[in-house]
Parts: sequence; C-alpha cells; structure tokens
Amino acid sequence: MNQRRWNWPLWAGFVICLAGFATLPLFARFPVTRDVPWANFLLFGAGLVSLLAGLRRAFSQPEQYRGKIAGSILGTLSLVVLGAFCFIVFYQTRQLPASSGAPRVGQTAPEFVLPETDNHPVSLSGLLSSAIPQTHMPPKGVLLVFYRGYW
Amino acid sequence: MEQLGVRPVAISVDATEVSRDLCRKAGYTYIFLSDPKAEVIRRYDLLHVGGGINGQDIARPAEFLLDSSGVVRWVNLTEDYRVRARPEQMIAAAKALQ
Repeated sequence: MNQRRWNWPLWAGFVICLAGFATLPLFARFPVTRDVPWANFLLFGAGLVSLLAGLRRAFSQPEQYRGKIAGSILGTLSLVVLGAFCFIVFYQTRQLPASSGAPRVGQTAPEFVLPETDNHPVSLSGLLSSAIPQTHMPPKGVLLVFYRGYW
Repeated sequence: MEQLGVRPVAISVDATEVSRDLCRKAGYTYIFLSDPKAEVIRRYDLLHVGGGINGQDIARPAEFLLDSSGVVRWVNLTEDYRVRARPEQMIAAAKALQ
C-alpha cells in the first residue's frame, strides 16, 4: 500500500482558525485592532484558505494525501469556531444594558469624588469650577467619557 | 474639545496605575479618573455586568457633556461598544455652551 502524505494544510488551517478566535482578547487590547477586528478576520481567512487547500488535496488526490475524514471534521469545527467568533463580534458586543437611569439632557449630573492618576481625589464640582490650562478660567463645560477600560 | 473650553474627563474601572500608563503613553490631556468599584458608574446607571474581557463588571461606553453648572446638555449612549464615534452633535452641543 502506498504511503500517503500527511495533509498538513488541514491541520495548519484549523490551528490558524483557532488562533483567530483565541486572539480576540489579545487584539482587543489595542484600539487599532479592536474596533474592527481585522487581524482576527485575516487569521480566519488564512486558516480557511489553508483548510480548503487541504480538502482539495484530500478529495482530488486521495492516493497521495490523507485527510478526507479528518479534513471534514476539522473543516466543520473551524466553521463552528468562526460562527462563535461572528456571534461575539457582531451580536454579543452590541448587547449593552439599557441604562435608562442615566442622566438625561436637562438633568443635573450626580456629584462624585474619584481618584485621578496620581491618586489625588477629584470632585465633579471641582472639575466644573477649577481653571483649565487653555484659558486659565473655569471650563465652559465638562465632557464625562465613561469607557470600558483596557484590562 | 479643549479648543472650545471643554474639559474632557475619562472614567473607567481601571486602577489609577493602569490609567497612568495609558495617559503617559498616549500623551492625553484628558483627566483620567478611576472607579474600581464602579460606584459612580452605578450611580450613572452605566454598569455593564460581566462586560469585561475576563468577566469583570465595567462601564458601558457613554459620554455626557455638562455645562458649567453641571447640567447635562448632550448624551451619547453608544449602541455597539466596539465602535467609537465622534459625532458632530457633540461639537455642536459644545459650541452651544459658549
């Protein structure tokens, strides 16, 4: 019986697809790859191309390459991983709380005191009344930007 | 924002050390405030339970433009937290404060 060759593109493709999914938290740390996770899309693209190349080999040249069964399984698993990725990126990240109790236009923003980066406490009333460097006068307004944080 | 005399203030659950690094690297003129227990985040009804990458409770993104007496003049509650928008409405609202 001929020794058939190991169909490495199948396995490489699957591993790359897994990496495309697993690196979501990693790339999410950098704004350039977070807002649109193109790095992850690229990995999935590369992984799927490799898988397809491997599947083509397995099915069109079965006398030279193994992998019809493994390839079908890995291909299906990769699609499942891609599905999970798409679910997270296109659906789950849009699931935000309603925040119906957030201050609305016309309401007074609730007072607070929080530490600044040097651990010095800062109050909202202080932010509204202390001078800003640009004008050496109190600001015309304050923009509160609540963000998710990077960690 | 600074050109319009508006003071930008960023708030998250990140610890002060984390914000300090961010501030230093990016050279931001923002004031970064730390709300690790999400107390202020809760008071503003912005808590996103388990929304962090490792399941932490964090803030959902939101922006509030306050006038000099602390009254809210413009609010932006983002629909998709992966996308950061810079709406013209905020600039228009800031100009209206002058």
